Amino acid sequence: MKDVTMQYKNGVTAIYNLNLKIKKGDFVFVIGGTGCGKSTLIKMLYREEKPIRGEIIVGGLNVAKLRNSKVYKLRRKLGIVFQDYRLLPKSTVYENVAFALEVIGTKKEEINKKVLRALELVGLKGKLRNYPDQLSGGEQQRVAIARAIVNEPKLLLCDEPTGNLDPEKSMEIMKVLEDINSTMGTTIMMATHDKDIVNKMKKRVITLKDGRLISDEEKGKYKNEAI
Amino acid sequence: MKPFRMFGRSIRDAFRSVFRNFSLSLASISCITITLIIVAIALLASLNVNNFTKLIKEDVTIVVFIDREVDENKIGVIRARIDQGDNIASIEYKSKKEIREEMQASSSILEASMRDWDEDENPLMATFQIKVKDIEKIEETASVIEKIEGVHSVNYGKTMINKFLSAFKVIEKCTIVAVILLIVVTIFLIVNTIKLTIFSRKREISIMRLVGAGNFSIKIPFVIEGMVLGMIGSLIPVLIVIYGYYAFYQHFDGQLYSPLIRLITPEPFIYIISGIIILIGMIVGMLGSYQAVRRYLKV
Ligand SMILES: Nc1ncnc2c1ncn2[C@@H]1O[C@H](COP(=O)(O)OP(=O)(O)OP(=O)(O)O)[C@@H](O)[C@H]1O
Ligand SMILES: [Mg+2]
Repeated sequence: MKDVTMQYKNGVTAIYNLNLKIKKGDFVFVIGGTGCGKSTLIKMLYREEKPIRGEIIVGGLNVAKLRNSKVYKLRRKLGIVFQDYRLLPKSTVYENVAFALEVIGTKKEEINKKVLRALELVGLKGKLRNYPDQLSGGEQQRVAIARAIVNEPKLLLCDEPTGNLDPEKSMEIMKVLEDINSTMGTTIMMATHDKDIVNKMKKRVITLKDGRLISDEEKGKYKNEAI
Repeated sequence: MKPFRMFGRSIRDAFRSVFRNFSLSLASISCITITLIIVAIALLASLNVNNFTKLIKEDVTIVVFIDREVDENKIGVIRARIDQGDNIASIEYKSKKEIREEMQASSSILEASMRDWDEDENPLMATFQIKVKDIEKIEETASVIEKIEGVHSVNYGKTMINKFLSAFKVIEKCTIVAVILLIVVTIFLIVNTIKLTIFSRKREISIMRLVGAGNFSIKIPFVIEGMVLGMIGSLIPVLIVIYGYYAFYQHFDGQLYSPLIRLITPEPFIYIISGIIILIGMIVGMLGSYQAVRRYLKV
């Protein structure tokens, strides 16, 4: 990511001249106060938004120049998890996870194998046939994570995945993410507000303030002055 | 392999989501049903009027009366001269004798009065019965024939035919315009109903994009779903076409007012119309979905 500036249509500039490099297999937190541009940064990485200036390369794809009709090429290399889960309410847990493979045309037996493996990894193998509204928030988030990793992405983007969960459930999710990071070697970038999580995990921490990068530390701590 | 697999899935998913979103599907289906019924009726009417026109045109004959003095040899020459015209579909010759026999057979009064005629003093004239290729040019053709030596006079139902034809022409044009208009309105209505259906599934579409579905593979399930909706929506119109037209045909005994205005026989006709209706339903459903889903693919 080089010298990226991002401006929304209404004239709000959300990111200023950001330079960032993330290595394969890293686990990175993005922190900062409300409105500092965390979500915007993540949105640019999966090409929901386009920067007005600069270059973004994800896994060899020049995301900033990616055409609308080619966005799917990028999305297949990524897994994305949101605060609000974004599951299909009328599909079962199994179908929700399988969906990510079906739309890219995977064979049935392969889907079955991969979905079960992903659900096992997040610890939800027993609830295949449940619908999302029959699950707790933490369980729903784990379904969303399973969906994000089922096609074995190189990069997993998480925008406040624990935002709706209590501290205990949040730590469970973090364990799942750490597990994915270490066993599958997936690069993870996670935006969060949660002080305790950042302090406990001791990973690389990127701090944004008003759209600018103000610090980038290995094994960082949550900085109060950032807010 | 891969496209087929995805296609198969799309068909499965289309049926599944028609039932999962049943109340919204029902709105689209009833919209399609109602408009297709009207389209079907307009289609039946316009094709029948078309048929009337064709029948009447086929029935139009120019009768050419030959001078009494003309002998059999000369007849052949006249025939050849008529045949030179490029608007001639067929020529049938009837000699005086044949006409007399025909007339005698047709009524007992004529039979009584003609019985004693000697063939030499037969006052009737031999005729050619001519069918033309293009009814529009009948007047021109008739006047050309009239000038041939040995032709006494030419006759065809000028005024009656012209009236009929111009009336049918108007009706034909009106029905064609009505059918096209209806189909356009149907597409418009269906696009809007399906837009509503799809609006409620914006989320589904955004999730599909999120997990890396290409634009094409996002459209396919919706397009197939539209096709399924169109097919279900054409069910009732098809039943109405089949049973309704059959009953109509039976009730009027296959003709309106005069044997000349014959209705089209139901047997292959209603099945062809049904096929057309199903096809229109499917295409319109597909177009509607395609249009509706396109909006959500631009980010
Ligand atoms: N769709 C949008 N259109 C216009 N401006 C936007 C849009 N989304 C965000 N912004 C603006 O861009 C800035 C950065 O927003 P962003 O969502 O990235 O913040 P954030 O760091 O994720 O905040 P939070 O911690 O509350 O989630 C804010 O000033 C916000 O008002
Ligand atoms: Mg945010």
